[in-house]
Amino acid sequence: MIQHPGILALLLASALVGLLLAGAAALGLRILQGWDLRSGSEKQLALERRTYLVSSLVATALGVQMLSLFLFIFTADDLQGQFVGAMCAAGSLAVHAFGYPTLLLKLATSLLAGLWLVLHRTDLQGYDYPLIRAKYGLLLLLAPLALVEAWLQFRYFSGLKADVMTSCCGALFGQGRQGIAAGLAGLPPRVAQPLFWSLLGALTLMGCAWLRWRRGAWLFSLLSLGYFIAALVSLVSFFGLYIYALPTHHCPFCLLHREHGFVGYVLYGALLGGVVAGMGVGAVAPFQNRASLNQALPRMQARWVIASLGLAWLFALIVGLWAWLSPLKL
Amino acid sequence: MRPPLQRLRNILDFALASLSRRKGRNLSLLGVYTLVVFILASLIFFVQALKGEARALLAQAPDMVVQRMVAGRHDPIDLGRAQAIEEMRGVSGVRPRLWGYYYDPIYGGNLTVMAVEDAELPNDALWVGQGVARNLRVKQGDMITLRAYDGLPMLFTVQKVLSDASELISADLVLMSQSNVRALFAMREGTATDLAVDVGNARELPTIAAKIVERFPDARPILKSEILRTYEAVFDWRGGLMVVVLASAILSFVIFAWDKATGLSAEERREIGILKSIGWESGDILLLKTWEGAVVSLTAFLAGTLLAYVHVFFFSASLFDHALRGWSILFPRYRLAPSVDAYQLVILFVLTVLPYTVATLVPSWRAAMVDPDTAMRS
Amino acid sequence: MTAIELTQVFKTYEAGLATPYTAVDGVSLTVPGQRLTVLKGPSGSGKTTLLTLLGCMARPTSGRIHLHGVPAGILPALNQGDTLEVTSLPERFLTAVRRRNFGFVFQHFNLIRGVSVLENVCLPTYPTGEDPRVVEGRAEALLKDLGLGRHLRASVDRLSGGEAQRVAIARALISDPPVIVADEPTAHLDSHLSEGFMELLGHFKTLGKTVIVASHDPIVCHGALVDRVIELRDGRVVEGA
Ligand SMILES: Nc1ncnc2c1ncn2[C@@H]1O[C@H](COP(=O)(O)OP(=O)(O)OP(=O)(O)O)[C@@H](O)[C@H]1O
Ligand SMILES: [Mg+2]
Repeated sequence: MIQHPGILALLLASALVGLLLAGAAALGLRILQGWDLRSGSEKQLALERRTYLVSSLVATALGVQMLSLFLFIFTADDLQGQFVGAMCAAGSLAVHAFGYPTLLLKLATSLLAGLWLVLHRTDLQGYDYPLIRAKYGLLLLLAPLALVEAWLQFRYFSGLKADVMTSCCGALFGQGRQGIAAGLAGLPPRVAQPLFWSLLGALTLMGCAWLRWRRGAWLFSLLSLGYFIAALVSLVSFFGLYIYALPTHHCPFCLLHREHGFVGYVLYGALLGGVVAGMGVGAVAPFQNRASLNQALPRMQARWVIASLGLAWLFALIVGLWAWLSPLKL
Repeated sequence: MRPPLQRLRNILDFALASLSRRKGRNLSLLGVYTLVVFILASLIFFVQALKGEARALLAQAPDMVVQRMVAGRHDPIDLGRAQAIEEMRGVSGVRPRLWGYYYDPIYGGNLTVMAVEDAELPNDALWVGQGVARNLRVKQGDMITLRAYDGLPMLFTVQKVLSDASELISADLVLMSQSNVRALFAMREGTATDLAVDVGNARELPTIAAKIVERFPDARPILKSEILRTYEAVFDWRGGLMVVVLASAILSFVIFAWDKATGLSAEERREIGILKSIGWESGDILLLKTWEGAVVSLTAFLAGTLLAYVHVFFFSASLFDHALRGWSILFPRYRLAPSVDAYQLVILFVLTVLPYTVATLVPSWRAAMVDPDTAMRS
Repeated sequence: MTAIELTQVFKTYEAGLATPYTAVDGVSLTVPGQRLTVLKGPSGSGKTTLLTLLGCMARPTSGRIHLHGVPAGILPALNQGDTLEVTSLPERFLTAVRRRNFGFVFQHFNLIRGVSVLENVCLPTYPTGEDPRVVEGRAEALLKDLGLGRHLRASVDRLSGGEAQRVAIARALISDPPVIVADEPTAHLDSHLSEGFMELLGHFKTLGKTVIVASHDPIVCHGALVDRVIELRDGRVVEGA
């Protein structure tokens, strides 16, 4: 294993996230088992108090996980010097099989923790804990994922040895290679571009339809997830090329560098925020007829629909303008 | 301001006031916290600065250097080989280099003596780096005596003090004519210390290196990227080791913080009880505790980081002299060029603020769960 | 006008442990709106416990508590004058209900030390996110009414017992709640001050507030303005329900 302050920080961070979420899930399980809102027994009161602890555990875990997501990419970037042929984070992650799964799982746990907080916020609006089961059910899914992520990350770092030959991002995301990453890059702009724009269109229509008729929240969430994935694919497949002004640089990480004005933070921030808000709309939809929520919920959902659409368009406008103004033509 | 924001503001105001009401206790926590951040930040900045210096040092180095190995040790190389290598495909030039280390007993350190071919440098003169001028206490026009391999003194005039951008590069550098280097170190004509090889296309470096070894099995080509990698690995390893050692310090700090946070004083407990009885909710108390923690953390983080910055870049990390002596032999004393980026700060944040935050989660929650009706019975 | 109705309310401490203790044992009673009601009974009879239940500070172990005629907006679906059942509300909502409806005056005044008089009075509104300047204006007016205009910026540590109690009263009134709850308010006052306090309670009644006092002080129990006396013994109502 390479001894690097960044690696130690990441190992610490994921150990803490694992600990926090495992603790939260254990509390959640006890809450699910003993819950009885009608009772005023001391046991029930104690359980209700634990819900405060659980939410502060999960909120902290989400904060740490977001930090750790970016720290992970940065560390991979910083380590590239130690691997022959690696020229950015993409190369370091490809050093062995645990790199990309760790990253994807980090992304997934961040999204789920964000979604959990959306459920939690909704739950707080109702006076009868309307989402208690959904919330703690999700937590039981989230905690094992975080533990697996911590383990994968440990495997990834402990398997790193300096000087291992690896591909640089130019080769890894280059066309004509095998693997998932290359598959994304290989998706020609002819396919990816219409897919991206039509998903944006469908998302916008669906959002407006929901705002008008309050129907189809599920579909909106699905589209929002679809847009998120399509946007990531398009970024690797062609939008990135315009930003780098290089016809072969299929890399999602270099966007975070100073050379590109840190535009990656805005883009990824918009995508992550947008997909969490978008998925939140559908996730709370089954509860919109609860007496305790039927006033507050539609207002919150409307806010999320607007936020999700706004962020989706922010992303699309930035990359679209960039592509339009770019001297590069694909 | 909208009510939710105003609530954050109001509770922050109250948190600041209640921190200042319990100055003694909070200052001791702040002091220990700042110390932990300071030590760790100094270390991280120091390692980062050394990496930067190594990169600057190597920026001017040739892409590849070819040495000759005899019995596993570095030996002078025949100039005839320079010719042979220059003729290889892809090689754009070969420069034989003549250099060695000279131990100066008065200064008590090594000087790097190197040959230059420059018409402006007469045979009885030399150029020295700024660091050498300072350490040997010489200036332009002074005389220096160096003792040759056989103990005979050689007298030189300091013709020029090099003014280099990076002090590190010229810190121990002495330049003299080729014949003087040969006389000083007793090196035969027709040999060089090593060969600097320039290659047109950097991608071909590994191929050319392989060809050189094939042709001259006793040659050892060293790539610049390899040196850089080794340096970084060494720095990271040392830095990592130190972080592990420091982790125990952090751990004890966390225990200290936990203890502080758990040991709710009777007065504080009473206050929380009152707040809850007059209409504060558990969430409000949690927010209060979060603000208190955030204020303490950010203050300690900022103070520790600033102190470390001053320590490393203005005082050359003088507190680490003993612990990290290995480095001071590698690099003579010099002032490090400031180089701190967001990445270092995030690492520092994760290593210090996160453990503290997590350690105070449960105690804060406990504090927030004080029953409101305790205020009715105290 | 807010009235409080209790039906078969129990409060058991340390249930499930070796020594469960039932401090309120099946109490059913109605506290009428805009009246002065006194809870009396020997020490340990459960007066304070009953007040915490009435005042939405704690949840009963079982039984139902209804608030009649609550102001609008506490819960999303509630209109002016509706009836609210508070026993199964989560703490966040219970606290919101309490903040809007109840002002408490405690036996030991419970002011926060080292903090100014004015700030102590404003404290209950911090979590509501109300504009501090508006609240401060209200607090100053209240304190002046209670004769504390000279002490606004003083620390509460230096106040006399009677002054401290008036600060506590100002604090209870800061959100203009329809119900005032006081637990042994005259325990630390001499008889002269106690009489004054009773007059103040009478004044609240004329303002249309519901007043509930727990006390065994005869000055309180036999006060001329008292509408109703409920007597407790061992957690049960023995007279006046
Ligand atoms: N948290 C608790 N745990 C266990 N027992 C409690 C608790 N709080 C109160 N009690 C018990 O409940 C009983 C009633 O207490 P309460 O304070 O209501 O009496 P009170 O009528 O107000 O008495 P006093 O006139 O002395 O104030 C007492 O015997 C007390 O010991
Ligand atoms: Mg009592």
